[in-house]
Amino acid sequence: MAEAAVQQSTTDARLASLTLPTGGWSEVARKQAEARLRKMGLPERRDEYWRYTRPETLTQAIAVPAALFNNDETPIFGEIDRLSIVFVDGVFDAEASDDLSLEGVSIERLANATSDLHWARDLYGTLEEKGQTPVPRPLAALNTAYATDGILIHVTGKISKPISLQYFHQSETSDAILHHVIRVDAGAEVTLLENGPAAARFNKVMEVDIADTGVFHHVRAQGRDHERRAATHIFARLGAESTFKSFTLTANGVMTRNECVIELTGDDAIAHVAGACVGDGDFHHDDTVFVTHDAVNCESRQVFKKVLRNGATGVFQGKILVQPGAQKTDGYQISQSLLLDDDSQFLAKPELEIYADDVACSHGSTSGAIDEGALFYLRSRGIPEGPATDLLTLAFLAEAVEEIENEDLREEITGRLAAWLERHRS
Amino acid sequence: MLSIKNLHVKLEEEDKEILKGVDLEIEAGKVHAIMGPNGSGKSTLSYVLSGKDGYEVTEGTATLEGEDVLEMEPEERAAAGLFLAFQYPVEIPGVGNMTFLRTAVNAQRKARGEEEMSAADFLKLIRARAKDLKIDADMLKRPVNVGFSGGEKKRNEIMQMAMLEPKMCILDETDSGLDVDAMKLVAEGVNALRNAGRGFLVITHYQRLLDHIKPDYVHIMADGKIVKTGGPELALEVENNGYGDILAEVA
Repeated sequence: MAEAAVQQSTTDARLASLTLPTGGWSEVARKQAEARLRKMGLPERRDEYWRYTRPETLTQAIAVPAALFNNDETPIFGEIDRLSIVFVDGVFDAEASDDLSLEGVSIERLANATSDLHWARDLYGTLEEKGQTPVPRPLAALNTAYATDGILIHVTGKISKPISLQYFHQSETSDAILHHVIRVDAGAEVTLLENGPAAARFNKVMEVDIADTGVFHHVRAQGRDHERRAATHIFARLGAESTFKSFTLTANGVMTRNECVIELTGDDAIAHVAGACVGDGDFHHDDTVFVTHDAVNCESRQVFKKVLRNGATGVFQGKILVQPGAQKTDGYQISQSLLLDDDSQFLAKPELEIYADDVACSHGSTSGAIDEGALFYLRSRGIPEGPATDLLTLAFLAEAVEEIENEDLREEITGRLAAWLERHRS
Repeated sequence: MLSIKNLHVKLEEEDKEILKGVDLEIEAGKVHAIMGPNGSGKSTLSYVLSGKDGYEVTEGTATLEGEDVLEMEPEERAAAGLFLAFQYPVEIPGVGNMTFLRTAVNAQRKARGEEEMSAADFLKLIRARAKDLKIDADMLKRPVNVGFSGGEKKRNEIMQMAMLEPKMCILDETDSGLDVDAMKLVAEGVNALRNAGRGFLVITHYQRLLDHIKPDYVHIMADGKIVKTGGPELALEVENNGYGDILAEVA
């Protein structure tokens, strides 16, 4: 009972620091989410999916301040022709953003969307709510209830350029909650980019509903601020013959929890979720993924690679659930860490739960060091130890990065990883 | 070119001496072959010269054009002009053969204070070298040695040698695992690189490689020492009579 009391007080304290937005079409969904959250309570260390990641800094009433980071790199995706939407410490910046009108898509701010947007009203909070079973995700319910802003994207055609969400962290004490809703219509296609540390503490939910034959690509770079903390959720629902591909690059960050909850509801759909993270020292990165196959002949891939050094910690919790009747499922899951010293650690919990008899599911998880034989071979050809180690490390990360379909984006991500490795040589 | 004097080497992990005073002088323009029974220390010599971990030099010296190679990092030895063709070339998944070689060529050039080779020049050169060794474009693109046959791996070693143009080439049992045709191809690759400025040390078990790569000198190594030195006829003697007679003779 003592633990329940602590959980109750943590939840009360956190909610006391927030104000539930009222009015507009999202009010009902927000109230329901708040009730959901109160019922389940914020995460505690004893919760099954929080054993490897301490939730305290993500749940406490006031965010731990995070020093601003002087990033001397040119901004990522800067060379890509895109429609840019800017948030500064969680607040939409209209001046810095592009005009939101673009052929084949309608884009609105959540904070502005007072008019009755049927498609958004029908979606807001619904995928998040569905994603609470069987594993509760209280931070996502908190987000649905209390999000102060976000972007609503309705994709109706094939869009000519990516939509790019750029986040900037300019206040050491900012505590941002953003909720994005994306609907991809049948036959429509969009690429969504995200980059930057959004705030000292960032809670983000993205709900993605992809209709039959719709295509959604997502490439995200979480920013290099060392002290920032982030808890993010993606909830995706896939119709028949649709495609969902999401890749995340994480370099630095004292606390990152990225959850991805995917439901394949239509036959012949494809869902890939991948991540490459690199951490040096005070770094904790957690990928928690849940893929549900609930249709025939769907393919899912989870590819996560982590490079850890100087006491950095990586966590992977990945599940494939194959529902009864989801025959011909092709499920793949791999989580690997490259530990560049003895102080770092990788904690992995791969899970398969299968209720159909004609499926192919494979999973693997490994933890290893640089291959000394390969390193010597490279050095014996004249490549110094630092660059040789980088080359082998990039090779290790390649399987995850190759999940990005677009070549320009793939090269951009590889370049960032190479630059990070060069800065973090021993 | 390469001067080895009284070289004593033991394993780092255990107190076991492998090389017990090797003396060897390899001049520019000459091909020296080392033959010897299993466990005589031939491969250890090649690893120690190229800088592999796990060995400790307890006595003696090895210099390349007067520079102490034993003090250098492996990459410095390479930049100084030393090349080892591996007995077992290492597979490196995820690193393209071409990327690897271009990085290596330019790293060596940088270490020597030379300008990097342009992408176009590199491509031209590697295509020509690959053609000589019947290495197709697909093999250049694939990850280093991954999925290569034994013969392809050895040809890849010789192509690397041709691209890096070292002063001193050490070939460690390059003939092992090769059929007759592949051996000829590899030998042609090596012969094409023979010139007045370059030294070769060819380590082999069998005489047959030396039919194709004609040595100037043949050394017999046994129990960590060079016990006999002669001309090409010494290799024939080994082929006909085995090591027994020679070892009995020097004992």
